[in-house]
Amino acid sequence: MVENRPLADFITHLVLVLGVVAIALPIWITFVAASHDEIRMAQAPLPLWPGDQLWVNLKQTLFGEGLSGTETAPVWLMLFNSLFMALMISLGKIGISLLSAFAIVYFKFPFRMACFWMIFITLMLPVEVRILPTFEVVANLGMLNSYWGLSIPLIASATATFMFRQVFLTVPDEMLESARIDGAGPMRFFWDILLPLSRTNIAALFVILFIFGWNQYLWPLLITTDTSMTTIVMSIKQMLEAAEQSPQWNIIMMTALLAMIPPIFVVISMQKLFVQGLTETDK
Amino acid sequence: MLKRVHFPSSPLPYLLVAPQLAITLIFFIWPASQAMYQSFLIEDAFGLGSEFVWFENFQILWEDSHYHAAFWRTAVFSVLVAALSMGFALILAGFAQRVVRGAMFYRTLLIWPYAIAPVLAGALWVFMFNPTLGILPYFLEFVGVTWNHYLNGGQAMALVILAAAWKQVAYNFLFYLAAMQSIPNSVIEAAAIDGAGPGRRFWTIIFPLISPTTFFLLVINMVYAFFETFGIIHAVTQGGPGSSTTILVYKVFNDGFVGLDLGGSAAQSVILMVLVIAMTVVQFRYVERKVEY
Repeated sequence: MVENRPLADFITHLVLVLGVVAIALPIWITFVAASHDEIRMAQAPLPLWPGDQLWVNLKQTLFGEGLSGTETAPVWLMLFNSLFMALMISLGKIGISLLSAFAIVYFKFPFRMACFWMIFITLMLPVEVRILPTFEVVANLGMLNSYWGLSIPLIASATATFMFRQVFLTVPDEMLESARIDGAGPMRFFWDILLPLSRTNIAALFVILFIFGWNQYLWPLLITTDTSMTTIVMSIKQMLEAAEQSPQWNIIMMTALLAMIPPIFVVISMQKLFVQGLTETDK
Repeated sequence: MLKRVHFPSSPLPYLLVAPQLAITLIFFIWPASQAMYQSFLIEDAFGLGSEFVWFENFQILWEDSHYHAAFWRTAVFSVLVAALSMGFALILAGFAQRVVRGAMFYRTLLIWPYAIAPVLAGALWVFMFNPTLGILPYFLEFVGVTWNHYLNGGQAMALVILAAAWKQVAYNFLFYLAAMQSIPNSVIEAAAIDGAGPGRRFWTIIFPLISPTTFFLLVINMVYAFFETFGIIHAVTQGGPGSSTTILVYKVFNDGFVGLDLGGSAAQSVILMVLVIAMTVVQFRYVERKVEY
């Protein structure tokens, strides 16, 4: 700190604490709602302090019938679907981007720039603006209601390719020269030198992409009609609709809590990698 | 661009880019060109045939007062979301960078919402503002405000703006804090010696120095408000009441999948694509300019 001003310090912490409270309030209320029983959650005003039903609600949500009056998949299955989809998207993106960045940086071949620009264009086409035709393509390929359909169309990523291209460009040329003198072929060089060198970048990118994959909403909503393929994030909307008839807010908010715990856990536990990934991919 | 030393040419690089190019062609280029082609077609009422009509779909949109309204609504929505979340993040980051010990502690507590899916953010807020049970309407009653976003369009808009801005504060905070921490301490100290207080230092030194970050965040937040808020709107209001929260991306979905107006929806997609491309170009020009600093 530049100078000593006790009053300014006090105001600083006051503002920050108020900010944290404002940001945390919706999450806190969700947690509180998930820890009371159904009867308490039907009386206004709703509690602001946690109850003792957290464990009961958790068991009922994970393995119980789910919401009465709705036909949804069990919550544990939806969590598994989300996890599987998030992993396929994040690992798939990292895999294909590593390979194409390697090709673009380390090889000289006809149409290299054409490939580069084609990948660049994908940066500009978020799934929201091309949903209808993409949906038709996936339907024609018979990939509706499958893990492939959930993940493959979201796998191409210009940002990841650019990031790895940036990383590879900082690898000294001498590495390649000495590897070639020692007789290493391109793939050997890729596995034994490039991959280990970009380990932290891969991890940082994984954090971002895992959250991106887990939080997908519109795309899974369109291509899954089979309840056994629904993801946890999608199910919240169905539950909100069901809440108009049977407001079991304790179960709904417990499901919401379960849906946000994995990405929050990833962000908090890998905070350093997360910040690195965020600043690298977006700049 | 290319390494000075590279591998001899072989079929290998084609194999390496093949997976990405295949996915790009099948799921990006082809659907995007389909959208463009469909935007020139009008289907008949039974979906049996379609007619090539050149720009008629665009002309219909151009004259459609609903589309105009959605356009302005989106503009107001995204400007408010960006202003609210960036303003809040700027204040928090400005105070957090004053704290030597504990800045990282506050950061940990403030970045949670980034991890939460937009539709979940919507669910959390719609629960807090539930007209019969919610906590905030209960307190609003004491100050004489009757909250019902199912009936009141203005309140519905306020709710989706709040939820969208809340989710984005974490992201803006991270970038603002990083930008402020990269300002050399000597600059701040020199100003302090010259007698500038904390407020003055913030407005005359820190704020101008982080203006590139502000511009970058403005573009990112606009893109976020345009496209990624679909989940929030779908969960909270479904575009209603009436069409008071129908923003452009929701209208594409609604006209295409619910209203089955394929040509009109495709034309709207094309307009959105042009908007994204424009925003991306703006962002990249800025990035290039920043390199020269």
